[in-house]
Amino acid sequence: MILTLVDAVAGYAAPVSPPATLSVARGEVVGLAGSNGIGKSTLLKAVLGTARSFSGSIERPPATRIGYLSQQPVRLPEIPLSGRELLATLGADRLPPPARLAEKLGARIDRLSGGEYQLLMLWATLAGESDLILLDEPTNNLDASHIRVAIEEIAAASARRATLVVSHDRDFLAAVCTRIVVLEATGG
Amino acid sequence: MDSLLTVPFFAGLTLAVLLPLVGNLLRLRDEWLATLGLAHLAAAGALLGMAAHLPAFVGALAGALAGAGAKQASGGRSNSAYGLMILAGWALTLLIAANTMLGDALAHALIDGQLYFAGWREFAIDIAVVLAALPALRWLMPRLVAARLFPERERANGLPAWRWHLGFDLLAATAIAAGLVTFGLMASFALIFIPPWLAFRRSTDWRRAQWLAIGIGATGFATAFWLALVLDQPFGPVLVTLLVALFVISSS
Repeated sequence: MILTLVDAVAGYAAPVSPPATLSVARGEVVGLAGSNGIGKSTLLKAVLGTARSFSGSIERPPATRIGYLSQQPVRLPEIPLSGRELLATLGADRLPPPARLAEKLGARIDRLSGGEYQLLMLWATLAGESDLILLDEPTNNLDASHIRVAIEEIAAASARRATLVVSHDRDFLAAVCTRIVVLEATGG
Repeated sequence: MDSLLTVPFFAGLTLAVLLPLVGNLLRLRDEWLATLGLAHLAAAGALLGMAAHLPAFVGALAGALAGAGAKQASGGRSNSAYGLMILAGWALTLLIAANTMLGDALAHALIDGQLYFAGWREFAIDIAVVLAALPALRWLMPRLVAARLFPERERANGLPAWRWHLGFDLLAATAIAAGLVTFGLMASFALIFIPPWLAFRRSTDWRRAQWLAIGIGATGFATAFWLALVLDQPFGPVLVTLLVALFVISSS
């Protein structure tokens, strides 16, 4: 198992998420669903180490390499870097990218459309040398045709990795995930 | 070319290749204002060093490293902190000049830049800085690009990121100190600021941006050197005017 959460409660100054229990094995794509504001992204950040874990446990084997796509990937207004160079820089150039992304790799990343940029950042996260992939709302900025490419990307790269996907889009989660865990507020 | 001019020419040309490369990474990190702050502190340090009978480069390096240390200690990015560096460096430079035997002329030479500033010692320092900086930049570049676009990656993977962030700050401070004692504050800043700005606008990829920045820096330096001699003008303002004009023309 690459990631195991047992009753994990995450937050910042105070707890945000309800207790969550889930596990992700290599080759699995697990979806994390739940209503807006329930703390799905915060839980992901607690796995990363950028949010606090208040109780329960979050365990991963030592030296697990993590790839993380943020809900709002950094987008610089001006950077003369091609998509191909970005992938090479991150060591994410070993897997062949989906054809629709491949044809854009020669362009500067600051000149891509919002959807193209999101697809590139998704592939850069997926195709790197990570054991555990954390994707926070990967369909942001994507129209229906781009979402199909995103599904293709995840399918192409997830075989040897453990992937945890947070999304509000249930259809997308149903298309890419082997399992979906729903985060629900505890009563009381 | 007269041997009196050969040394400053090649010393300056050496740095005109390095400073734009450093500038590209400063621009990537959105830290070009920090450069001006570090350059002002380097100028104050150079004067203070000379007042204490130390080589200008030693004082300039100490001043720039103090600025880099303050930047690290303040947690990195803050335009307000860079503004304070600029003001403190400027005030210190002129106060040291006014209260020591060095005089205003030397302070202005450091700030404005002049053609005959560099001798064999500065040339040797510049060569050593470039020989150390080029392989270091090759190692730093991919790490700094990744850190800029995927900032959470370092923490999530427990990477020793301080090595490349601090390493680059030290490299930038050293390059600025070398630039200061070779051709002055504003010429150094112009070479760090304008060629990367143009390269970022015009290049189709990162590799070409490095070559374009080097090309603009080296050609701009050589042209300004020649113009300053032929027209009997101060070198720093000629270089700055040339690079600004190039920027305006290429942007129109």
